[in-house]
Amino acid sequence: MSGNKSSGVRYGMVIDVDKCTGCMACSVACQQENNVSFREDETNKLRSITWLEVFYLDNGKPYPEHRKAYMPRPCQHCDSSHHPYPYPPCTFVCPVNATHRDEETGLVNHIPVRCIGCRYCISACSYHARYFNWWDPKWPEPMEEMLTPDVSTRMRGVVEKCTMCIHRLQRAKNLAFMEGRRELEEGEYVPACVESCPAKAMTFGNLLDSHSEVAKLAKSRHAFRLLEKLKTKPKVYYLSSQDWIRKLADNVL
Amino acid sequence: MTGENKQQNSGLLGWLLFVVGFTGALFVGWVVFPQLLFSTQYQPINYNHAIHQEEAGMSCEDCHSFRDDGSYAGKPQLAACVECHEEPQGETESEAMLVSEFVKPEKEIPWISYSRQPDNVFFSHAAHVKMAEMECTDCHRDVQEETEAPPVKINRLTGYPNEIMKMYVCEDCHAREHVSNSCDVCHK
Repeated sequence: MSGNKSSGVRYGMVIDVDKCTGCMACSVACQQENNVSFREDETNKLRSITWLEVFYLDNGKPYPEHRKAYMPRPCQHCDSSHHPYPYPPCTFVCPVNATHRDEETGLVNHIPVRCIGCRYCISACSYHARYFNWWDPKWPEPMEEMLTPDVSTRMRGVVEKCTMCIHRLQRAKNLAFMEGRRELEEGEYVPACVESCPAKAMTFGNLLDSHSEVAKLAKSRHAFRLLEKLKTKPKVYYLSSQDWIRKLADNVL
Repeated sequence: MTGENKQQNSGLLGWLLFVVGFTGALFVGWVVFPQLLFSTQYQPINYNHAIHQEEAGMSCEDCHSFRDDGSYAGKPQLAACVECHEEPQGETESEAMLVSEFVKPEKEIPWISYSRQPDNVFFSHAAHVKMAEMECTDCHRDVQEETEAPPVKINRLTGYPNEIMKMYVCEDCHAREHVSNSCDVCHK
């Protein structure tokens, strides 16, 4: 029961940790694409908003055994923590149904205008992928003109998180409808982070399509998911051939 | 005897006060408040849909068209008007106004939308018109016979027109047609 099989679509991502150079291009692209607000002083990470955080990992050993790696962490778009119901932990606790798992795509969405800001979902999320707007967003003078028109800005007092660039799916579907198609082809819908990765460490696509790149990579023997022991069944997979990274991933971040 | 009469009278008075108060409240709620709540705004130009269709032989798609990427252009830009109205063709007041106030100074016409949705709503005309093959008039009013543009009623509190589609209408139709009602289908 991992996701909806009837629609034949379950979007997921594979991130190759061995390829990631930690350049942060994905994080910046995400911030720009999704109109994520920022403040003059971003040093307090408990108050700032970063939909796509990039974690720094190291194995804690001295040279010559010292190893380090970077791990981008978007929202994991979990399928389930309550077998057999496909509800991610965050949607289970929301008292107003502001966050919800789309059965057709498997993506977990969050509608800020419906959110009452109780922040239960932030506590419930095992991956710290949700953020709270402590202030009304403000952009310096020319930047307000540079906002993405397809993404609505949020207001003070609501939670927000990665949507896997759902507006890009809407746009891709629009084009498909125009051409009389219902199904999307591989690569027509790709989030901004995946598109921006210069090392091609990120892959996105339909996990249920056995021919897709992402489905093949997700079945690789190097594939793992974050905190797998919680059985949240994330749709974001990671690849690494290094054991210490895989061990860290199932521990605490 | 007199005491009983007094009691009857006060009971009657109570009913009378209730009826007056109740109808008064209904009047305020149903007549006064809606008039206060909505402001009436007029279009910058009194556009005549009927004359464009009948005399100029234009079709709806000449002005209300899709872009190549599947997004919907909605109302036309001034350039579409200039194609025919560089100089006045008839003798109507509205056309003279169009030429003198918008075409000559090359100023876009600030049309008021009858169905402007909030920013967080994503509506795909392609999905409804191209895929579901719905008619424009299933959601919008029929403009074919319209000789003048009706005024727009704008809600003073929300700033949205009174005839926009409400979310329950979308949900209802999606449920009946077995289309997904997931939040991210219509919200961005």
